[in-house]
Amino acid sequence: MLSRLYGSPVLKKVTTGLTGIFLTLFVLVHMTGNLAYFADDTGEAYNAYSHFLTHELGALFYLIEIGLLAIFLLHATIGIQIWLGKRAARPEAYAVYRTAGGASRQSLSSRSMIVTGVLLAVWTVFHLVTFKYGTYYETTLADGTVVRDIARLVDEVFGNPMYAFGYPAMMLLLAVHLRHGVWSALQSLGLVRPTASASTYLVGGLLGLAIGVGFLLLPIAIYFQWA
Amino acid sequence: MSHSMRIHLKVWRQAGPNAPGRFESYTVENANEHMSFLELLDVLNEQLIKEGKEPVEFDHDCREGICGSCGVVVDGVAHGPQPRTAVCQLHMRHYKSGDTITVEPWRAKAFPAIRDLVVDRSAFDRIMAAGGYVSVSTGNAPDANAIPISKVDADLAMDYASCIGCGACVAACPNASASLFTAAKISHLAKLPQGSPERKMRVRNMVEQMRKEGFGDCSNHAECEAVCPKGISISAIALMRREYLKAATS
Ligand code: FES
Repeated sequence: MLSRLYGSPVLKKVTTGLTGIFLTLFVLVHMTGNLAYFADDTGEAYNAYSHFLTHELGALFYLIEIGLLAIFLLHATIGIQIWLGKRAARPEAYAVYRTAGGASRQSLSSRSMIVTGVLLAVWTVFHLVTFKYGTYYETTLADGTVVRDIARLVDEVFGNPMYAFGYPAMMLLLAVHLRHGVWSALQSLGLVRPTASASTYLVGGLLGLAIGVGFLLLPIAIYFQWA
Repeated sequence: MSHSMRIHLKVWRQAGPNAPGRFESYTVENANEHMSFLELLDVLNEQLIKEGKEPVEFDHDCREGICGSCGVVVDGVAHGPQPRTAVCQLHMRHYKSGDTITVEPWRAKAFPAIRDLVVDRSAFDRIMAAGGYVSVSTGNAPDANAIPISKVDADLAMDYASCIGCGACVAACPNASASLFTAAKISHLAKLPQGSPERKMRVRNMVEQMRKEGFGDCSNHAECEAVCPKGISISAIALMRREYLKAATS
């Protein structure tokens, strides 16, 4: 199956697009879930949400985790290979090169997919180490259930300026990645209608921006003690 | 009344496929705004011949933007700064006296260098041979209007068929991908009833040949559409992908 995938330039793009859309949906849900932190209840809703995900979904939770890991690795691997392939396809670079503008969607975002992608991949490992595998505090919910106090860990981590500003910087990179990524994924799947190309590109960019900003609110708000 | 222009050129010179290339600087003193860019190169070549030097080799034929023979990268843009224009139709009126223009060949592994600004684009011929045709029985030509086709499809097929195979899409693509060329050919025939019987085989084989030739993967930069002298839309690439998925799943 993998050889068939790599044997076809079209299937490679379709797979990058599909996995990209899954990952976008995942970060969208993740970002929305994070907003539970802003409930005015000293972290109760946030902890309850985290408990729901990790304890009440049962086997489904592990299935989602494994699925996400596989999708993430596939997306990253193909992305790196496309980048290597591009270098092989033009061994001698132009002395002068610029975009012609007009219909071109070439941008800082489209040219830096490999850079933003690799940085985000490395950061994701740190992110999991910091939170998923970070200090395990416990707390009791109003209904008496003992759950992980992830809100406390989040407070601690984002009290540190390195995290409080480092995280938002990474989330801006995510927005930059998605600006080209969302539109590109739809085009790779052949879903962009010729008449709606410009609006699809715009909506993709706005979605990327919304996800990035939605994420970076949390560390900033905690650091400046707005929430 | 035409004023004489002085144009400085930095031209890529390369003696042969494996010879190292380098830029040479030249000045054309007696250019004028009525000249096409290729005529400027003609004048430069006359000058070089008079000086006993090798003229600059470049591809050209019709010089009216319809054959797809010409093609060089002018100041970093395939076919130069004028949108929807092959470089043979680029005119010196877009420049002013004293300008310096950098001229490079198409650069891609799948388009090996031949000499100076000339590259070997036979990879495109092999992609065409892999499926860019319809099989027609010999005999009398059938009545042109016997097969009904909607106006919308006929127009779209015509848009895609306007590809002249110049290779600017590959030259401008940051990945040196041939997706727009291949997709234009596939989409042109996919829109026509005559192309229908061989459509699955066509998309599979042409995409496979494109890969074999060593072109890069598409990253949806859409730079190809921006430099295409015929303005062919990347909607052709989206259609190629749908055709491919249909062929792969049936
Ligand atoms: S020479 Fe024919 S298109 Fe330019």
